[in-house]
Amino acid sequence: MSSDVLAIQNAEAASRPWVETLHEWVTTVDHKRLGILYILYALVFLIIGGIEATIIRIQLMRPHNDFVSPQVFNRMFTMHGTTMIFFVAMPILFGFANYLVPLMIGARDMAFPRLNAFGFWLTALGGFLLYFSFVGGSGLYGAGSAPDVGWFAYAPLTSRAFSVGHSADYWTIALLVSGFGSISTAINIIATILCMRCPGMKLSRMPLLAWLNLVMAGMVILAVSPLTAAQIMLSIDRYLGGHFFDTQAGGSATLWMHFFWIFGHPEVYVLIIPAFAFASEIIPVFSRKPIFGYPVMVAATICIGFIGLSVWAHHMFTIGMNSYANSFFVFTTMAIAVPTGIKIFNWLGTMWGGKIQFKTPMIFCIGFLLQFLIAGLTGVMMSVAPFDWQLGNSYFVVAHFHYVIVGGILFCLFGAFYYWFPKITGRLLNETLGKLHFWLFAIGFHLTFDSMHIPGLLGMPRRIYTYEPGRGWEIWNLIETIGVFVQGIATLIFVANLVLSYFNGPKAGNDPWDAWTLEWSVSSPPPVYNFASIPTVASRRPLWDLKHPEDPDSHYE
Amino acid sequence: MRIVETMQKADWPAIISRVVGVAVLVAGVLLAAGLCTAAPQDNSVPSIFDSHSTPADSIRHLSHFVLGITGLIFLVVFSLLSYVVVKFRRRVADAEREPAQVYGSTQIELAWTIIPILIVVVLFLATARVIHAIQDAPRPAEAVEVTAIGHQFWWEFRYPKLGIVTANELHVPVSDAAHPTPTFLKLLSADTDHSFWVPQLAGKTDLIPNHPNGTWIDPHETGLFLGQCAQYCGTQHAKMLLRVYVDTPEDFNAWVRGQQEPAKRDEKEAAGRHVFETTACLNCHAITGTNGTGRFGPDLTHLMSRRTIASGAAENSAQNLRLWIQNPDSIKPGSLMPAMKLSDADLDALVRYLETLQ
Repeated sequence: MSSDVLAIQNAEAASRPWVETLHEWVTTVDHKRLGILYILYALVFLIIGGIEATIIRIQLMRPHNDFVSPQVFNRMFTMHGTTMIFFVAMPILFGFANYLVPLMIGARDMAFPRLNAFGFWLTALGGFLLYFSFVGGSGLYGAGSAPDVGWFAYAPLTSRAFSVGHSADYWTIALLVSGFGSISTAINIIATILCMRCPGMKLSRMPLLAWLNLVMAGMVILAVSPLTAAQIMLSIDRYLGGHFFDTQAGGSATLWMHFFWIFGHPEVYVLIIPAFAFASEIIPVFSRKPIFGYPVMVAATICIGFIGLSVWAHHMFTIGMNSYANSFFVFTTMAIAVPTGIKIFNWLGTMWGGKIQFKTPMIFCIGFLLQFLIAGLTGVMMSVAPFDWQLGNSYFVVAHFHYVIVGGILFCLFGAFYYWFPKITGRLLNETLGKLHFWLFAIGFHLTFDSMHIPGLLGMPRRIYTYEPGRGWEIWNLIETIGVFVQGIATLIFVANLVLSYFNGPKAGNDPWDAWTLEWSVSSPPPVYNFASIPTVASRRPLWDLKHPEDPDSHYE
Repeated sequence: MRIVETMQKADWPAIISRVVGVAVLVAGVLLAAGLCTAAPQDNSVPSIFDSHSTPADSIRHLSHFVLGITGLIFLVVFSLLSYVVVKFRRRVADAEREPAQVYGSTQIELAWTIIPILIVVVLFLATARVIHAIQDAPRPAEAVEVTAIGHQFWWEFRYPKLGIVTANELHVPVSDAAHPTPTFLKLLSADTDHSFWVPQLAGKTDLIPNHPNGTWIDPHETGLFLGQCAQYCGTQHAKMLLRVYVDTPEDFNAWVRGQQEPAKRDEKEAAGRHVFETTACLNCHAITGTNGTGRFGPDLTHLMSRRTIASGAAENSAQNLRLWIQNPDSIKPGSLMPAMKLSDADLDALVRYLETLQ
């Protein structure tokens, strides 16, 4: 489709009443629009989850602070965790997968467009239900509001004896509903990647982003299903007199832990693998070299996928498993460091000998490399079960997983925004604001999460709304809180950059980064059906072949 | 098609500031590690690196080994990253030419697969040894036995062999290397999940309802060691504090004898006892020699032998007792102790009576 047709469409869109435009967006089954909806939806929740984090940090700024009551504090950390995992990280990564996978494999849409829309609206309903608990959570009991059971909601705290009212039910149903949404999206991604690749794109020629999302989607099906089952079991306990997790009637609290963490740990990889995918696209382009060791990168990802399913009980080293079970999970957990290490080395190998351009997407990815390295090493420390008996459930573990999620995933995501924003909107993001965003966010991140390790080593457990003075925790907590505000300012700069550049940014053209994958071969934003004629590829970098007919990749692969 | 890069020079300060930033960061981590290990003598900072008990010591030794290995890996990879970022920046001179396109190298990739595997094997063996040493440690005949029961939001300690029931403040004898008297704890929960964590004495172990657990400590130094509940257990998880007094054998025996006495019965304070026996107090609290046998709250038979009330949330003083009885939320909002709303006369009598419970 030519740009003239697009211009006509835009002119038409401008003259139509907004209700019609809204109707189009609500009923859309287009993968690009659904991708954008996912991303915008997640950004809204990112702000909400960020506000909750700020409330937590203000409360903990000094000992015996009374900024919020313990009840409110407990709701805040429950909502913060649940929101950030289920209604920020997953939707935003699904959004990028939705937008990018068909474009990168030369397809016109996802395999099941209507299932795609269904998945998004289920996720949206889930987030709505979770937040409706602030209004409806009290129910007829007049007790409880938003859920306050923690994001992993250990039994029996979720039983009716300890969670009166309906707040825990809203939590359960929100996760149940969004779980179905996630599973349908995962099925869709797998079907799309396996069935819709353009001619010539063998599995071994797929962009790494598609490969990694394929593994991620497989893990979603295996991980989210047990969580969904557990939510149904919990509802049976609460309303139908079941005793799965009801310890007063012979139920098992550890059963819930197993169900939750067989979801919870693979979930970490569900989130980080798409982040790896962004890094694996961005680093080569800004190093001007192909990814180093493509087959090994694919193999390492699949390895992470499989091993990632066998490490869940390392979240449970303190629950009194016997020494053999503990040793088994120590071994699997340490083993996962090997393929993860391979990835880091291969990214370094990609940059080695390249000509690195320090554009905003790239500096976010370099920040990711450093921070993910540290996160991985603190992860190795906690895989050592005896060390974990000290570190687990302390602020050290909070620092560790925020290093993974913020320092790793969010940095890659920011990189992805700067990298693909021009494709999605047709305009480049402002580089100066982007660099300011990076440096401020990095400074805030390190202030908060570097210092957060220390009180954990000094015996500060997580999820406490206040603490005693004189235990050596005060100064670190104060620094953490200051860092949060720096990150907040950086995030505002990012949002401002998104808005300003959307309206006034320089036109991007088809291929602003001189990149090599198929999405850069179409206009920005891409036409409705992506490709007027389905492309044919002969290598992993079809646009390289096009730009360098004298020396195409297809000669070497 | 190609974008000409024009801002190479401007990147140098960025790189330098990054390197400096990271150097500051590493220095900060080292400084912090120093601070952690150099905790004050009075044990007010419950640092995991300031251990005074056998299991915590083995964890500390293992952690030094792990920190050494991970620190080394960090230095190697971080140096590589810094080198790559500085060395392979695009320069203006030949911005137009693409670098050599390298697709991979089997030897190098094999190397950075096999070396990490070897490191993992070493780490695993070291870890498995310590897991076994701590978890499967034999229980000597002289070991003190304690049953710790987690409640929302306090600790019940029962010494089955000694016939003692107390709360929140655990007393154990110091353990001499020649004649070890470790304390073995059986961990139970009355309601939700809790976790027993005194960082200087041992790693944490959860108290899970319907799932008995165990842990042990072997302190070789006397003193007070602080800890707290480390598994979110409800509204007042934060003020479920834990104090372990490690006593000399003489002090411990004296404490045991004191705790084994029945409650003091001072007839001057009969009025206060009457308040205790005729209000809701006795639904939850026990005092020997009265008709109060409740187990929902702490046993008060020797209340005044404890230095804190409300699971360590407040000092045990007459004033705090009054406050706690009349309005527990002022000390620990959300605790399960109800506000008793006694008349001033009754409250005075009750507090005077409680103060006799040495």
